[in-house]
Amino acid sequence: MSDQINDSRRQFLSKAAIAGSVTIAPGVFLHQTAQAKPDEKAVTSATRWGMLIDTDKCSKGCTDCVDACNQEHALTGFDRPETDAQYIRKVSLVEKQTGHEISLPLMCQHCEKPPCVDVCPTGASMKREDGIVLVDKHICIGCRYCMMACPYKARSFVHETIENQTLSAPRGKGTVESCTMCTHRVDKDGIPACVEACTDENHNAMTFGDLNDPESTISKELKKHGGKQIRADLQLNTGVRYQGL
Amino acid sequence: MKKIEYTRIKGHSLAYYGLLAGLGFIILLGLLATWYMEHNGHYVTGMSNQIVWGMPHVFAIFLIVAASGALNVASIASVFGKKIYDPLSRLSALLSIALLAGGLVVLLLDLGRPDRLIVAITTYNFKSIFAWNIILYTGFFAIVGAYIWMMMDHNMHKYKKKVGLTAFVWRLILTTGTGSIFGFLVARSAYDAALMAPMFIIMSFAFGLAIFILVLMAAYNWTGRELGDAVIARLRSLLGVFVAAVLYFTAVYHLTNLYITEHHGVEQFILRDGGIYTNLFWFGQVLIGGLLPLALIYAPGVKTCRKTLALISTMIIVGGMCQIYVIVIGGQAYPMELFPGYEVSSTFFDGMVNSYSPTLPEIILGLSGMAVSILLVSFAIKALSFLPTSLADSIADPHAAK
Repeated sequence: MSDQINDSRRQFLSKAAIAGSVTIAPGVFLHQTAQAKPDEKAVTSATRWGMLIDTDKCSKGCTDCVDACNQEHALTGFDRPETDAQYIRKVSLVEKQTGHEISLPLMCQHCEKPPCVDVCPTGASMKREDGIVLVDKHICIGCRYCMMACPYKARSFVHETIENQTLSAPRGKGTVESCTMCTHRVDKDGIPACVEACTDENHNAMTFGDLNDPESTISKELKKHGGKQIRADLQLNTGVRYQGL
Repeated sequence: MKKIEYTRIKGHSLAYYGLLAGLGFIILLGLLATWYMEHNGHYVTGMSNQIVWGMPHVFAIFLIVAASGALNVASIASVFGKKIYDPLSRLSALLSIALLAGGLVVLLLDLGRPDRLIVAITTYNFKSIFAWNIILYTGFFAIVGAYIWMMMDHNMHKYKKKVGLTAFVWRLILTTGTGSIFGFLVARSAYDAALMAPMFIIMSFAFGLAIFILVLMAAYNWTGRELGDAVIARLRSLLGVFVAAVLYFTAVYHLTNLYITEHHGVEQFILRDGGIYTNLFWFGQVLIGGLLPLALIYAPGVKTCRKTLALISTMIIVGGMCQIYVIVIGGQAYPMELFPGYEVSSTFFDGMVNSYSPTLPEIILGLSGMAVSILLVSFAIKALSFLPTSLADSIADPHAAK
């Protein structure tokens, strides 16, 4: 009798274990599939994320990349252009000698040797191992020295109280911020919102990829056609390169 | 030279309490201005993503630069052995601490997150000159504080010279650090020059001495203590050398830039086309802060005139504020040259001269920093014996007949 009870108990427990595993397994495995790099795994310098911008394909007046960035990071303006944050902006160039016109998006150039990181007193301005330059908003004291130091005017200071922030891109009043190259997407095998928007709209002026991987599209394109750095004289080895400049 | 006697000021008069109350009121207004700016965010100021450092920084940098210069009088006595400056050393050291404190208060209260002061003093990036400055400022308080102790405590007199030398070297490094905040900025055409560090040191000599002279004359005038012509004449001629040196450094800085083609744009902006900045440079910095004081210092007939010296000192302070304004704001107003040879435009004000109008709260915050400095001095000379009872020629002048 007691053997029978034990048997049925054993069967019940093993069935329950199987049922449990079947229920949990997809969650565990699909989670692993969805997340290319688990959060606890640090980024490494084996990768260097970069961007290539073909100014010939970038049309004047088009702001698809800017709009996508603003939406992605909830950069809602207060109709105060001098103090509203801009992570990416469209710049129009007219060559003084020839009148040749160029349009291009400009954002944090994710320098290999970023001046903003050098000057930051607390180390809030920092560069990840994979080359993405970020601000640690927990230790930024809002001194704005990085904004003085950035040669690309790529940073904004949060000048007022912010509401309706997104979970993936939190912002903080009184701290400095700039293009994050959409780390929240890149760390999940995605691409930055600006590049995605440019590609989706079939402009194809922006390419994102690993500069350290010779087989990546961006590396092949740079090797074939080259790409210029803005203010190359500063020798900062920027992660963002331009063609047609 | 007789033995110098130091006494505390009485500080019982209505005028004294009136002064403290007035300064306290300005500081209160400064705190209200800070609350207003921090509560709303910096959009209520004239500062923006283009002009990221504004009027508070002009005041703060002026006070911090002047602070190290105010210590000069003490250094000349203890390091270079000039006896006539010896009785002035205590006030010199006190003023330097007070000015630094005033400047740092303004700098701190303008931060986007002043509540994170503890982060600033515990988390360092040692490649940042800003981080080094935090250490240099803290060290300055400690060293000059010790220096005052050595001067006041008879048992410690023997260490006075050594600590004085340490303070002297430290203040040179400190102002090198302040100048290098700009010197180390490669991004902007107006900065990125090693000359910034020595230029800031020489500016500190002039600004600090000008403030020292005003404080000294005010303290002696208001307390009815005697201040002889010997001290006045000596400080006046020292001031002349410093003002001339500031002009020299200014000339070298601009001449060098004028020689280098890539800097022609920013030079044209500051020297010719910059509107307010051009006016502040020529009329404020060069004329009011340089040429006129020089002419008055070496003018015959007014050599021991206190009122003229007060005017000269005030002009140097006004000119100095103009100079810092031109450096800090003018340097940011001129657009960064990202694309040489191109006309540039964008929604983020690329290629444009950036505009800045200081708002009242910014100015009040800056003035409250000055008030902090004066309040500290006013209070300290009542609490401790900083001032010689008399600086009459017979006492202060080492060459006076005994």
